[in-house]
Amino acid sequence: MHNSDLALNLAWFIPLFPFLAFVVIPLVTYRNRKLSHSLVIGAIAIAFLLAQIVFWRAATLPVGGGEHAYESTLIHWLATGEERLMLGIYIDPATAVMLFMVPLVCLMIFIYSVGYMNFGTPEVDPRYSRFFSYLSLFATGMLGMLVFNNLLTFFIFWEIMGTCSYLLIGFWYEKKYPDPNKITPRQAGLKAFIVTKIGDLFFMLGLALLYAEVGSLSYSEIFSHETLEHLAHTPFLGTQWTLATVIALLLFGGTVGKSAQFPLHVWLPDAMEGPTPVSALIHAATMVSAGVFLIVRAFPILQAADASVLAVGSIPFVAFIGALTAFGSSIIAVAQDDVKGVLAFSTISQLGYMVAALGIGAYVAGAFHLITHAFFKALLFLSSGSVIHGMEHGHHHVHEHEHEGHEEHHEEPWFNPNDMMNMGGLAKRMPRTFWAFLIGGLALSGFPIFTAGFWSKDEILAQAWTGNKVVFWALAISAGLTAFYTARQLCLTFAGAPRTEAARHAPESVPSMTTPLLILAVFAVILGWAGIPENLPGIGGIIPNWFHHFVISAIETGGHGEEHALRVAGHLSEASHAFEWAPLLLGMGFGLGGLFVGWLVYGLKPLQAGEMDRVEAGMHIIGLGWFHKAMRNRFYFDWLYDRVFVRTSIWLASFFDAFDYGQPVQKEIDGKVVVVRKHGIVDGLVNLVGRFGRGLSRISDWFDANIVDALVNLAGRAGRTISEVGGILDLRVVDRLVDLTGLGTRALSDLSNVVDLKLVDSAVDGIGDAIRTGGRFIRPIQTGKVQNYLLLASLMVIALVMAFFMILFLQI
Amino acid sequence: MTFQHVLFIVFGAITLGGALMVVTRRNVFNAALFMILSFFGVAGLYVLLEAPFLAGVQLFIYIGGISILIIFAIMLTRDMMNPDLIGRNSQWIAAAVVMVPLCAILIWTVSSHDWAAAPGPVPENSILTLGQALVDQEGLALPFEVASVLLLVALIGAVTIARER
Amino acid sequence: MGPQIPLEWYLFLAAALFCIGAYGVLSRRNAIAILMGVELMLNAVNINLVAFWRFLEPGGAVGQAFALFVYAVAAAEVAVGLALIIATWRTRETVILEDVDLLKG
Repeated sequence: MHNSDLALNLAWFIPLFPFLAFVVIPLVTYRNRKLSHSLVIGAIAIAFLLAQIVFWRAATLPVGGGEHAYESTLIHWLATGEERLMLGIYIDPATAVMLFMVPLVCLMIFIYSVGYMNFGTPEVDPRYSRFFSYLSLFATGMLGMLVFNNLLTFFIFWEIMGTCSYLLIGFWYEKKYPDPNKITPRQAGLKAFIVTKIGDLFFMLGLALLYAEVGSLSYSEIFSHETLEHLAHTPFLGTQWTLATVIALLLFGGTVGKSAQFPLHVWLPDAMEGPTPVSALIHAATMVSAGVFLIVRAFPILQAADASVLAVGSIPFVAFIGALTAFGSSIIAVAQDDVKGVLAFSTISQLGYMVAALGIGAYVAGAFHLITHAFFKALLFLSSGSVIHGMEHGHHHVHEHEHEGHEEHHEEPWFNPNDMMNMGGLAKRMPRTFWAFLIGGLALSGFPIFTAGFWSKDEILAQAWTGNKVVFWALAISAGLTAFYTARQLCLTFAGAPRTEAARHAPESVPSMTTPLLILAVFAVILGWAGIPENLPGIGGIIPNWFHHFVISAIETGGHGEEHALRVAGHLSEASHAFEWAPLLLGMGFGLGGLFVGWLVYGLKPLQAGEMDRVEAGMHIIGLGWFHKAMRNRFYFDWLYDRVFVRTSIWLASFFDAFDYGQPVQKEIDGKVVVVRKHGIVDGLVNLVGRFGRGLSRISDWFDANIVDALVNLAGRAGRTISEVGGILDLRVVDRLVDLTGLGTRALSDLSNVVDLKLVDSAVDGIGDAIRTGGRFIRPIQTGKVQNYLLLASLMVIALVMAFFMILFLQI
Repeated sequence: MTFQHVLFIVFGAITLGGALMVVTRRNVFNAALFMILSFFGVAGLYVLLEAPFLAGVQLFIYIGGISILIIFAIMLTRDMMNPDLIGRNSQWIAAAVVMVPLCAILIWTVSSHDWAAAPGPVPENSILTLGQALVDQEGLALPFEVASVLLLVALIGAVTIARER
Repeated sequence: MGPQIPLEWYLFLAAALFCIGAYGVLSRRNAIAILMGVELMLNAVNINLVAFWRFLEPGGAVGQAFALFVYAVAAAEVAVGLALIIATWRTRETVILEDVDLLKG
């Protein structure tokens, strides 16, 4: 519907304020830290308010999907030849719920960043304002991606977020580690950018194909019945695959890159090198969920696609990738010691859940988990940041005390504040952080009833039970592992006694950091109650399943009704369904069981300082030590990619370099060691041509020197003989005559000499003096400075034009 | 005072304000940033003149190319030991004295002419017409090719001049 | 909807921009700042061209094409100019144009 709804049109302004903040800070307020962060937080607060207005209006109107979505009046924004692209606001239920979540989480994280970057203390980050302007640009990217009505702007803002990710991961670009195998922030930023770019390549190809077929990229045109039917029935370039299938797979490529699915998952764990607010915002709550949001947005195309293409057994391709990712990364997370590393793999795993859910057609469940995950994952990351902050402070505290009164300048031995093996007993020292982390961890594990994670995860498992049993078991076992490593993380960090001095002195964090934790924790608990399935025996139906009702209208009203919806796996699950106990009980069992086992292994008798990780020890005993090592090394994917792709590219580059310029070789010239090139093919050819030219010139030189010269010498010798003859003649005859004339002339010249000296000379000297004096006046004009000449020239031109003008037109 | 007037005043102010900053800032890097701002203003004016393609070209070439090039050059020629603290040279007063009347003369010349004609509308496919004219043998194909040769020559020349020996 | 802004306004703006740019060329010490003044003048020229195109012959292509050629020339000129400045910097360690007065009489 094309309405002019004032409240919904406010969405135009949502990305505007963060963008203005981003522009203003580097130009104007860079030096003033307080003003910078106030601008950014103010901007995102305005965006939050506007987004809430839009959300509530959309929810109560309500807007639906497809033809019933709200599309504002359109403006021309780009003209290409005959056509003009149109830009507008598009609000459907998916957009609305994302608008509810994104600005809120952003606001919480921005407030948290004030404390995390040590505002107001001597350790404040020197590039504080820059950090906030980058955050603001990122918010622009995320919000812009959500509100506009076509895939082209979606892609543009997607890329803006990718750039911010690079800038923010590598924010501490000068940081170096003593261990050469540990990735630095600079490298991690490049890695993230390049790997996601591979996914973006597929995305772009999908967009190009879509545009070529449909002629437009705006949602109202590509999601219409006719277009979807056309795409679903037209084969791609004569193959068996339909256009819809190819486009859906290409678009999914973008998701694989951005949401860190297998095989492009390698950038996310290393992205933890960025500051923790960045990890929370970009790599947990919003940017990585943009990949999932792409599938949500383009769901009609996935529905129109042929699910049997690239399917693995009975599992559709998308669901396969999602389930594999979820399962594999939850295994890896068990062996990670870095507190953010565990959370990174946990994020990858949960994103796999969402992708798997969407892959089997569970649209609402996937979207629900997207929203709840954003909250509790942001909560977990921010709490872990609080822990890391505390550990760093504790370490400095300890170090200062040790070196009090000794040398002023000391080298701090390298200390990793993220390593959970260095922590322990922090529950007593950082109680608010502990409670926040606990709530987040329970939500992640799916603790029943009281956490949002339970409701959304249970929804996915319920859909998977009837949809695809293999996917169900993969997700359920991952849920168990998730609960296990969460319990491990909680116990290692908070339980028992501190294992290092730093942990013993870690302080609780400032209110600017702990207050957002509290707010996010509230949402992590209550948000689940917006989506309680109505057929749940007991409490189901008391509160209507608002989320389901609102969001399902996005796909129901968009198409041919229920039988068209969810053709993704021939699976009609999201419609009304009889309640099944099995998935609920199994899910709760795995979740609670995982937590219990984790507590048994790590919490009953907490780890002492220096003790090896118990799972690692256990696996060594049963002979699976190698497998644990593989888990810790992330199944060696980074090593594989490095060998296969990175080294090959570098080798190719040096090969072509040698082809051009030759092998670099070290030589000594004048006592200095210099790198010199030799034997390159391209250079060799050029040198050959040069040598050929030089040879030619040497030939003509020889020609000159020998032949031409000989001729010249011959002519010279002939001339000399003639002159000798003439000489004799001269001496006898001519000389007598000349001598006589000479005497006469000398007399005349003596006379004129007198005349010259007196008259002519004085005249000439006089003229010379006059000229010299004149020159002294004029010489200063030649200052040698170009601009003086220019000024004179422009004056002359203006005068000439004025004269011309006056003569011609005023007839003076 | 319609919306178009407001936009014109805003873009005009950005353009002229940025230009004034360019010629008065002591720090040449700041001047470059203000130049970018001024170019944005000009792009806005092009949009008002219903030439969106040129606005895009302005963004790409001036802001995305020439300004970046200028910033590179500023970075490469930055002398930390003797920063230029003056900015203006010795003849700045004379320059102002010449330019202000020139501006007045230009404005007077323009306003004393009668630009009566009411402008027609811009046809929908103006970009198409432009594109076709640029490759039309009887149109602008020759200047187009010459411009390409000019760019090639400038490229080779710039590389040769600035090369490290 | 035709343009509600008369042609004169654009021409005034362009004239002002041109003079500001010319002032910059004549009064700045740093050679790069001088080049920036030249760019401002070229922009003024372009605004003139496009304004005339819009008001006098919007159906034609020559106006916009001329502006495009100005862009090409501007780009070429900036490239060569900056190369010269960099070469000067290498040998003379200065970009202050006043100090490069080898032609002084």
